[in-house]
Amino acid sequence: MSAAAPAIEVRDLHKSYGEYEAVRGIDITVERGEVFGLLGPNGAGKTTTVEILEGYRERTSGEVSVLGHDPAERSIELRRRIGIVLQSGGIYGHITPREALRHWASFYPHPRDVEEVLALAGLMEKADVASRKLSGGQLRRLDFALALVGDAELIFLDEPTTGFDPAARHAAWETVSSLRDLGKTILLTTHYLDEAQELADRVAIVKDGRVLAIGPPRELGAGAASYRVSYRDASGRLIERETEDPTTLLHQLTGEALQSGERLKELSVGRPTLEDVYLELTADA
Amino acid sequence: MPDALTLTWRQYRLERRMFWRNPSAAFFNFLLPLLFLGFFGAILHGKQADLDRLVPGIAGMSVMATTFTALAYNIVFLRESGVLKRIRGTPLPTISYFGGVAANAVTNAGLQIAIIIVAGRVFFGIGWPVHWGELVVFVTCGVVCFAALGVAFAHVIPNFESTPAYVNAVFLPVIFVSGVFYDIKNVPTFLRTVAEALPLKPLIDGLSGAMVTGVGLSANLDALAVIGLWGAFGLYFAVRGFSWEQSRT
Repeated sequence: MSAAAPAIEVRDLHKSYGEYEAVRGIDITVERGEVFGLLGPNGAGKTTTVEILEGYRERTSGEVSVLGHDPAERSIELRRRIGIVLQSGGIYGHITPREALRHWASFYPHPRDVEEVLALAGLMEKADVASRKLSGGQLRRLDFALALVGDAELIFLDEPTTGFDPAARHAAWETVSSLRDLGKTILLTTHYLDEAQELADRVAIVKDGRVLAIGPPRELGAGAASYRVSYRDASGRLIERETEDPTTLLHQLTGEALQSGERLKELSVGRPTLEDVYLELTADA
Repeated sequence: MPDALTLTWRQYRLERRMFWRNPSAAFFNFLLPLLFLGFFGAILHGKQADLDRLVPGIAGMSVMATTFTALAYNIVFLRESGVLKRIRGTPLPTISYFGGVAANAVTNAGLQIAIIIVAGRVFFGIGWPVHWGELVVFVTCGVVCFAALGVAFAHVIPNFESTPAYVNAVFLPVIFVSGVFYDIKNVPTFLRTVAEALPLKPLIDGLSGAMVTGVGLSANLDALAVIGLWGAFGLYFAVRGFSWEQSRT
């Protein structure tokens, strides 16, 4: 296996629960060192996809490779190289974060220093407090810490900041950024657009078990053909116009305005954002 | 490189530490049988025949409480709270995890049996066990059997809130019908037949032979066979039906 092989390759993945098809043909490739986001509404099939990659669920059909392994085989060798932050994973209530991290570290051949991980996760002050006494945000930081202590190459983050307050979200984002700087590959799921935009190098927009669009967050927005030009006319009404040729439209608008002495208040030219693309793609037909 | 044996030891150490930090578990799984021994021992004071029956009965009950009851509770709690799922995502070998958990239950069973033997000698006029070998055989088989049944039974319990109801619906009838607190000769025949078919009564028979009456292993082979059958049944369903996560409903 060459170093350039992708961290994750998924081809035509399907997963059915009885009659219900949760995943209906997903293709994604995650390169090494990349932060890849699966973005979509609840029930889109994000968690099912990630749990297949983590080895928790067996796929119905399709090809899946994670660091060169088939995760369905559940090899210990693969689990030594991945870190998992579950959407809701419990932790023993009667041991402290430091004890939990020491125990978890012993599972791995080359664990990170426990004190360093406590500091990275912002848990130094709570290191010796029983886990059952930690707040929700502190427990989530412990989730991160437990996923990092094995010094995994590939980290799965399933909705890592759901239920966080804004300060905690930014702290979590910083942790993810620092992991990227360490060269880790990260697959994260989220239903927050700003999170995908902030963290992900590339995003796949998922709905009803299919990938609707894939690419860097900025290009996903720019990929759409039209630009939006808006301004307020003399009566203060907000005018919005869509165009594929903003230069010509602006020339025309500003020319007319100069002639008539109008000001074109709040004139702006915008590309469609990821949000526009997302809302358009995931809107119920 | 962490090997499976080292990791089993580490898991065992963690389980021990957590056990003593959880007062309610320590009470129900550890102190309760000893309290029963104290109460009933005081009530039956001076009636040696009754005491001779009580002590092995409590020993059998202890084996069931420390393995069946404790494991059913623990497995359901860890499953419902997501701890098992998290552990499944780590490189901790499954065998090391269960090895550590089982060794913890075995330690509790062993400690209780030791305390009961000493109490029997000091307070209840019962000498040291007659057949140590037989004692070891029955305790070992009883522990394996009830531990497997506890793990298998966890699969039947749908959520943590209902665990006490499920566990006690089995535990209490079994200890009453198996003659822990009274002479089983006084109960109706059909109940006695039921008791003989369940694993606790045969375990108590074996423990009684080893600790008090001196009835040897060769005379208790049918009891051992019943425990073995239940153990095989428990092991099959413990492995087959094991669930690492909350069912998605």
